[in-house]
Amino acid sequence: MSTPFLILAAVTLAGAWAAMTLRGLVHCALALAVAFAGIGALYLNLGAQFLGLAQLLVYVGAIAVLIVFVILLTRGGDVDSPRLSPASWPAAGVAVATAVFAVLGWAVFHSNAILAPLAPAPQPNIRQLGVALMDGYVLPLEVIGLMLTAALIGAVVVAMKEKP
Amino acid sequence: MTPLAGCLLVSSLLFAVGLAGALTRRNTILVLVGIELMLNAANLNFVAFWRFGPHSQGGPESMTDSMTGMIFVLFAIAVAAAEAAVGLALILAVYRHAKTTDLSQLIGRRP
Amino acid sequence: MLWIVRSLWLIPTLPLLAAGLGALLKQGQRRLAATIAIASISISFVLAVAALVQMVLHPQRLFFNFAWMQFGSEWVKLGWMLDPLAAVMLVMVTFVGLLIFVYSVAYMHHDENFTRFFCFLSLFAGAMLGLLIANSLLLLFMCWEVVGLTSYLLIGFWYQRPAAAAAAKKAFITTRIGDLGLLLGMVWLYGQTGTLLFYDNGAGCMEQQSLWLLATHSIGFGMAASTGIALLIFCGAVGKSGQLPLHVWLPDAMEGPTPVSALIHAATMVAAGVYLVARVYPLMSVTQSPGATSPALQVVAWVGALTAIFAALVAVAQDDIKRILAYSTVSQLGYMMIGLGVGGVAVGVFHLVAHAFFKALLFLGAGSVIHGCMGEQDIREMGGLRKWMPVTFATYAVGTLALCGFPLFFSGFWSKDAILHAAYGWNVSRVPFYLGAIGALLTAFYMTRQVCYVFFGKRRRGAVPDPVVPAETSLSDPHDAAHESPAAMTVPLGLLALFAVLLGFIGTPAWPWLQAFLDMSHANAGLAQLGQEGLPQLMLASSLLVFAGLGLGWWMYGRQPIHRAADADALERLQPALFQALRKGLYIDQLYALTILQTAWWIALVTDWLERWVWSGIPTAVSALTKGLGWMDFSLDRWVVNKGFDEGCTGVAGSGRLLARLQDGRIQYYLRFVGAAVAALALFLLLGHRG
Repeated sequence: MSTPFLILAAVTLAGAWAAMTLRGLVHCALALAVAFAGIGALYLNLGAQFLGLAQLLVYVGAIAVLIVFVILLTRGGDVDSPRLSPASWPAAGVAVATAVFAVLGWAVFHSNAILAPLAPAPQPNIRQLGVALMDGYVLPLEVIGLMLTAALIGAVVVAMKEKP
Repeated sequence: MTPLAGCLLVSSLLFAVGLAGALTRRNTILVLVGIELMLNAANLNFVAFWRFGPHSQGGPESMTDSMTGMIFVLFAIAVAAAEAAVGLALILAVYRHAKTTDLSQLIGRRP
Repeated sequence: MLWIVRSLWLIPTLPLLAAGLGALLKQGQRRLAATIAIASISISFVLAVAALVQMVLHPQRLFFNFAWMQFGSEWVKLGWMLDPLAAVMLVMVTFVGLLIFVYSVAYMHHDENFTRFFCFLSLFAGAMLGLLIANSLLLLFMCWEVVGLTSYLLIGFWYQRPAAAAAAKKAFITTRIGDLGLLLGMVWLYGQTGTLLFYDNGAGCMEQQSLWLLATHSIGFGMAASTGIALLIFCGAVGKSGQLPLHVWLPDAMEGPTPVSALIHAATMVAAGVYLVARVYPLMSVTQSPGATSPALQVVAWVGALTAIFAALVAVAQDDIKRILAYSTVSQLGYMMIGLGVGGVAVGVFHLVAHAFFKALLFLGAGSVIHGCMGEQDIREMGGLRKWMPVTFATYAVGTLALCGFPLFFSGFWSKDAILHAAYGWNVSRVPFYLGAIGALLTAFYMTRQVCYVFFGKRRRGAVPDPVVPAETSLSDPHDAAHESPAAMTVPLGLLALFAVLLGFIGTPAWPWLQAFLDMSHANAGLAQLGQEGLPQLMLASSLLVFAGLGLGWWMYGRQPIHRAADADALERLQPALFQALRKGLYIDQLYALTILQTAWWIALVTDWLERWVWSGIPTAVSALTKGLGWMDFSLDRWVVNKGFDEGCTGVAGSGRLLARLQDGRIQYYLRFVGAAVAALALFLLLGHRG
């Protein structure tokens, strides 16, 4: 575990934590952007260059901004409302999350994958990625294109102002 | 602790934080934020396994096989984007109607 | 089989049919009711005369038996018979009955229940006639009971009057006590001999074979079965004929209308007891040693003697015109029993037939007097009526003389003399003779007293109308003072008076036709028979007694009649205490009230208590238990079943509401569960994989 990995992991986790616990919505959105950036950096650390930049472009550039836009558009009188959910016992939610983390952690530490010998790092380049996309994964690519189109149209329609 | 284990732990923690937020926050947008965090944690998992997991050597499919993790994450990011867009559009629509994004006022509310 | 014997059943059946038809008539159909009743008894009279003629020509005993009912392997047989005794009785009952029916048409004219009266009268006539021709003790008993029933119905005819209702009840219950003895005797007889038919070609219970069986069968105390059965049967006669312990109902029975008193309680029904003894006379008189008097007959004679003297004493102190006659009837019935006991069937029956005529005459005359005095019955309130009711007075006088036994011309003389003659010669004791003689004296005395009170002296009540204008025929305005009664009443009086005189001549010792007829032997006529041993002295002695009684009565009551109704009786002035005791019937009614009635009352109370608390307690307890169970069941149903059901429903609704919260849209709840489930699943898989 190298030092950069640790620092990046800490930043990501701090951003995620802040995003979930801060009071102000815009603060949460900005912390989220930080978390996304952290994850992108982690991708770069792990050798997936295209992915890391794609993450930064899409998540930080589009989704985080979108979230900020929607927050700003839905500002009402609830800025100072209590931040915890209407569902009673918020502790239960935290407990569930803790349980899930415990199980996952336990699984990680007791699995064979941990003990397997390290394989040599793959050497991907953009060219290979493009060929793979157009060759083996062309069908998912087209479907993704359709889905994105549908999502775009759907979002526009749903968010459209209704005719009075 | 192997690097893989470390990455997996980080992604698990990230997932847990996102889950905790989605289960406990009052604002609808923040629930969506929690969901995005969970998705990202899963993506990180994939990338970790792509980087540190076993790969088959040689053969004409080897090139495609070695990309599988990355390709998956790529598509996952695309889908997550679409889903976030649609979800936020929905939140906007509900906000226009109910004038609030507070879950306590939205649950069980007659349209 | 002679046609008359075959048709003998018509004689009682026609009046029964008349009664049945009469029951269906409305109150307004008076003419029809009277016509039916009188027609039926007239036809029965004609048939009875035909039967008598047949018997006179050919004296014998004819009978017709038939099987009636089967139980087990045995048949109960009934039958009717015709013999001289039955023929004489039939003619007497139908003739007297016919006269009284005609009399009733006028007497009951003002009564609104006219049709009911004739219906009951016909029923009585039918039952009485059936009793007379019965050849079976069972058939006799059945008719006996119906006769008792009609007596009850007729005594209580004016049932709205409490006194009448009480008297009817008393009559029925008292005779019932006697009937119990009769029933027991009947059952015993059947048990011993196996038959209840009187005459059945040798197999009947009055015939030699059965009599011998009964006479020889000893039941202890030196008594034979025949004596026991005879005494039990005599109990029935004691009740019905008003002999001493059970006589209390007869004076009270005078609450009924006068025709009823005349027909039932003077002439016929009370004579049924005497007739019963005469019918079963073979049983009564059978003894093991010939020539001796059977114990049963001795009892009969003694009871009769005591009754005769007792009733005569009490009659002296009575003030009601009918009560005097009622006690007189009791006394004369006692004489008949003496006659049966000491002298045989003929002696008793002769007096029975004679008595029927003159007692009916006396009662009808009393009815005429009561009718003329607008319902007054107390002799102290009457007086001097012979000026206003001459016909009634004349016939009444004839009846009185016949009852007293005025010598030679009146039937009572010959019949009573026959009894006294037989009592004198009784080989057991002469006391009944002396008692009978004293009774004769008393009879003359009290009858004279009555006649003096009613017909002589000054009129003590009401306005004194003009005696020059007698209203003999019309039943005019009832608000008139004393008047003579209409022809429908006076004609029967005349006829009865005629027979009261003539009937004596069929039984005189000079020509004992009746006695011979009843014994089915030949009678020799001849005045010389009047000179039989002891007979002339006896006739002289009894005549002297009668004159003494008449004279005494006239001396005490006729010479100085009382002037006001409230004056004391002449005898009362002499002996007030004795007079009061006699007036109250020697306190026998009070004695019964204290002992028997009180006992019955206590038994009723105890039984009522038992009934209420013990016998009813059981069903009450059961019902309480059932109610308790019912209540428990209801509570169970209400609180356990229903409530349980309700609670169940509420529970289901509650749990439904609870479960609905799973689907209420709170996604964060859902997600928590999903998260927890994922963790659990992962754990499960991991653990399984590791193992």
